[in-house]
Amino acid sequence: MTAWPRRFVYGLLFCLPVVFLGLRYQRGEEAAFLPGRTSDGHHQIESQCSLCHDPFGGAKDEACLECHGPSLKARQDTHAPEKFEDPARSAQVALVDARSCVPCHREHRAEARLRGSVTVPTTFCIDCHSEIRQDSPSHAEFSDSGCASAGCHNYHDNRALYRNFLAKDRGSPRLRADPRVPTRTSAFEPRPTPEPDLPLPFGPDRKSRDGDQGPGWKGDLLTAIMEWSRSAHAREGVNCTGCHQRPSGPSGSAPGAVWTWAVEDTTCASCHRDERLGFRNGKHGMRLTAGLAPMSPGLARAPMKKEGSSRTLGCTSCHGVHQFDRALAAVSACEGCHNDEHTRSYRASGHFTAWLRELRQEAPPGSGVSCATCHLPRFAVPEEHARAGRSAGQSSQHKGIRVEHNQNGNLRPNDRMWREVCTHCHGASFSLAALVDAGLVAGNFHGQPSPALTSMDLVEKEERNEKPRQP
Amino acid sequence: MRNRDSPEGRWFSQVGIFAAAVGALGCRPDPPPVSVDEAAWQRRLADALHLVLSADREVYTSQVVNRLQNQEKVINASEHWADDKALPLPAQMFRMGAEQVRAKTKSFTYALVSLSPINKQNRPRTEVESRGLTALAESPGQNYYAEEVLARARYLTAIYPDRAVSEACVTCHNDHPDSPRRDFELGDVMGGIVIRVARP
Repeated sequence: MTAWPRRFVYGLLFCLPVVFLGLRYQRGEEAAFLPGRTSDGHHQIESQCSLCHDPFGGAKDEACLECHGPSLKARQDTHAPEKFEDPARSAQVALVDARSCVPCHREHRAEARLRGSVTVPTTFCIDCHSEIRQDSPSHAEFSDSGCASAGCHNYHDNRALYRNFLAKDRGSPRLRADPRVPTRTSAFEPRPTPEPDLPLPFGPDRKSRDGDQGPGWKGDLLTAIMEWSRSAHAREGVNCTGCHQRPSGPSGSAPGAVWTWAVEDTTCASCHRDERLGFRNGKHGMRLTAGLAPMSPGLARAPMKKEGSSRTLGCTSCHGVHQFDRALAAVSACEGCHNDEHTRSYRASGHFTAWLRELRQEAPPGSGVSCATCHLPRFAVPEEHARAGRSAGQSSQHKGIRVEHNQNGNLRPNDRMWREVCTHCHGASFSLAALVDAGLVAGNFHGQPSPALTSMDLVEKEERNEKPRQP
Repeated sequence: MRNRDSPEGRWFSQVGIFAAAVGALGCRPDPPPVSVDEAAWQRRLADALHLVLSADREVYTSQVVNRLQNQEKVINASEHWADDKALPLPAQMFRMGAEQVRAKTKSFTYALVSLSPINKQNRPRTEVESRGLTALAESPGQNYYAEEVLARARYLTAIYPDRAVSEACVTCHNDHPDSPRRDFELGDVMGGIVIRVARP
């Protein structure tokens, strides 16, 4: 081939892909540039490259910490980056640069993922803790790859796995004498519902003035009112205008208010701020945080039911539109989408039996175990947190027991769930053995855990042998 | 003349580029020596930092931990202070401050190290730290100063004796199950405060 035709062919080969990819980029189809399958934790936001990457700058730790930082701090990160900024640790840092997230969590490298999003070999702990066998004789027989086995150590969160914490629960029974989780308090501080300063968009005959096809109107008004009348909103005095009335313009710019049939999640957040924050931190709401359309079951990688796969997730998708029934949100809403073995097995479990007994008021509040009991755990809001929230004008911040709406927060490693949830009802030996039994977890704890060596066994062994452990 | 596109030509080009790169690296200037004034100033800076750190550490140990835990028995100090609703141990207090500083600057760092640490992560990690702690043990009244290169960065490393200033130090270190040494007495050197000042 002579020079010009050859150059033309090569030029075309270069230009066509550039133009094709450029057009896709311009149309916002950033997913076309993904160099590999993203991790399960990030696949929902994989089309937003700029969330993690700077143009030509790679992924930044700041981007990781913007989402994961608060959780790491709250969980007292055992290996926080600043521990490795000590120049004396430079030899260790040369082996694993623990000052940064990416060396251990390399995204788009499905073939390198060993556990969850971790892409370093399971033996990496030994790079720094090479003398553990001499320091702790109970570890003398362990393999280098076993440190992060379930129920032993975690890299970031070890709040449930240190010796003294476990030792306090030594000898505890399988089921405690009064197995109950804390009962949640009101999810918001009551505040006056605004007086309606506009005619309600329906008349005495309860027919919509806009007609049944009016904007945002989707159902029967009588049903809506009946559902609302049985809700916590009705009991607390939050009536129709509390949610359906909004200012006619930006704050303070225009007097009066307008009626709105469609209620945004931001309206719920005006009272339920913490709940919305948790929701947006978890897999149910992370797409909203990223500025994307809401999550829907059809986008999930986890097994979901086909029916309703296009529904979108928001406050009302779990809580209902007017009934705001927590029992519905705690079990049926989850079962409406999730279709994995763990979910399908729930109704055969002792946890479900306990849940039914609580619903029938045959057992005290907090004794039942719904999906939400474990996956949306209760947490105490301390008084100082409440005070800071109030002074900042955040009405939802108050002392009490609240529900964490980030349902992923305690999933991995699952001993987080032990500390936050299981320990209310079960002793350490039993629940740690249950959590390391993958089959039992999949079957929703229907049965007894297989015998397994857990951290508790080591603690008991050490306590029996007593100190000193060092020469 | 040799054809530049021939395999031999490409080989010569690659060798040429490699030789030029080696030459360029070899010709780069050495880092300027630290002047006497600068070295003395860095040592004074390390000494001043140590004065502040050791004063705060001694006050926390004696006026907070020892007073509230050992004398007035108001609240305990615990390694797991958050869960136990207790005071952080003096070594933890020191380490938390050191980590906050490390997150904000690389111009200086400080740490607590010991030849007989309860937390094994506080062992000496560099040759200078080991030599310094040994020197402090042999001559307790002296500080130890050395030049150190770590990860291609130069530091003035100063190591100061860390003594048992109150009964709380002695009882905790002698009674802790992980303590490798159990014969400490009041005033003993238990370890060293290492301060590193980065050199330009």
